[in-house]
Amino acid sequence: MPTGSASAEAQSPGPVPSVIQHRHLLLQALRGHFLDRDYHEVETPVHLETPALEAHIDAVSAQGGYLRTSPEFHMKRLVAAGCERIFQIGPCFRAGERGALHRPEFTMLEWYRVGADYLDILSETRELLQAVVRAVGGAGLRAGGVVIDVAQDWQQLTVRDAYTAYAGWDPVAAFDADRFDLDMVNCVEPSMCRERPVVLIDYPAPVAALARCKAGDPAVAERWELFVGGIELVNAYSELTDAAEQRRRFAQWSAIRAADGRPAYAPDEAFLRALGRGMPACGGAALGVDRLLMLLANAASLDDVLPFRSEEV
Amino acid sequence: MFSASDLRKGLKVEIDDGPYVITDFQFVKPGKGQAIYNCRLKHMLDGSTLTRSFRSNDKLAKPELNTAKFQFSYIDGESFVFMDQNYEQVSLSADILGDSRHFLVEDLEVEVLYYRGQPVDVTLPNFVEKTIEETEPGARGDTATNVLKPAKITGGYEIQVPLFINEGDRVRIDTRTGEYADRVSKR
Repeated sequence: MPTGSASAEAQSPGPVPSVIQHRHLLLQALRGHFLDRDYHEVETPVHLETPALEAHIDAVSAQGGYLRTSPEFHMKRLVAAGCERIFQIGPCFRAGERGALHRPEFTMLEWYRVGADYLDILSETRELLQAVVRAVGGAGLRAGGVVIDVAQDWQQLTVRDAYTAYAGWDPVAAFDADRFDLDMVNCVEPSMCRERPVVLIDYPAPVAALARCKAGDPAVAERWELFVGGIELVNAYSELTDAAEQRRRFAQWSAIRAADGRPAYAPDEAFLRALGRGMPACGGAALGVDRLLMLLANAASLDDVLPFRSEEV
Repeated sequence: MFSASDLRKGLKVEIDDGPYVITDFQFVKPGKGQAIYNCRLKHMLDGSTLTRSFRSNDKLAKPELNTAKFQFSYIDGESFVFMDQNYEQVSLSADILGDSRHFLVEDLEVEVLYYRGQPVDVTLPNFVEKTIEETEPGARGDTATNVLKPAKITGGYEIQVPLFINEGDRVRIDTRTGEYADRVSKR
């Protein structure tokens, strides 16, 4: 059932609006999945002195600090401190991001598991989405009216193969940062299969983000992203645990930020110290909860699944 | 100059020495990647369209646009003649006026937009009054439903009106959508 112009206030008074009911069921299903697998639910700071340093993500400033763009560094500090299985569901903030699939404030699910690599996290994500569809009921995940059965085989495609097929070049052989992002949104995403979940896997090392590179093939990183109905839903890694390599990447991202004229962020030294003390090998993933709601409601825009539309907040 | 984050639907920009208006706009961004602003644009003079992707640090030129107030005067063959307060005349083509040409009434105040001295667009007041010239007789008592019927206004342009509207009625039209707004008076 398309939620169309659904909005909590527009529908009141009356029964609980479907956007509220869907979110309630989804949050319960997500928690249920992790609690059944002995994960601890955690909360980490939302207001930070040092925002996560990334090449293309800007933080919202607040009261002399920043709002978190993701809980990643603090959750990894918990992993380094001995938490073997943790998850968190909470708000994240990114400056200047607004569109059908973007809002400056959104809800992120993030989880980490010691001993797992990115393929273990992929199997777990498959179980997670199947559990969600069972719990929320209805027609399952849909985009543009097309049902995507998450219990079917997922299509798995290396980034190299996807770009070769859809954009006509190999980003692993010769990386081009500008072309990579542009072709992702204008060639790769529009050409993807819409009937099955698609996993883009093994990213070129320059876009490893926070993933470790493959032991046997350092040109690619152990990172995958899940697309459902063409919507980017999950980003996962075999996590980078090497403090020296992490510091090197921070320096790279700082240089990109400086060249683009974006605000400079300091590397998070507390996070680097935690890595330096030794963080166990682990896998982790982040999932856009609001986007998953869009797929559960067959909605075309985040505005259709949030309790308040942009102009009502 | 505009930066990519200024882009939005309706914004007027200059590309390759031509004035364009953004008719469709999408913000897209791969999770860890750069923000990309996908635009569909329409050339304000020749109506041709193009699609372009802009990145965060792309800059776009601002077109040099001026406005002047005129009053609609008369139709001269294919041209629409307007006059300013000093009785200076300007004549605009149907192409530049678009659907606006159907809503012109004598002495209507309009704003003409110029790009490098060339008229490119005309803005009408949000509402104009027109008379219904032709429509099927209205169904009496059926004023509450949302059922609409076609009606021709002076000049022959067709709009959708409620069933209770009759020939000779004065109606208000929203010039931004070209749709019926309400009835001003009965015949």
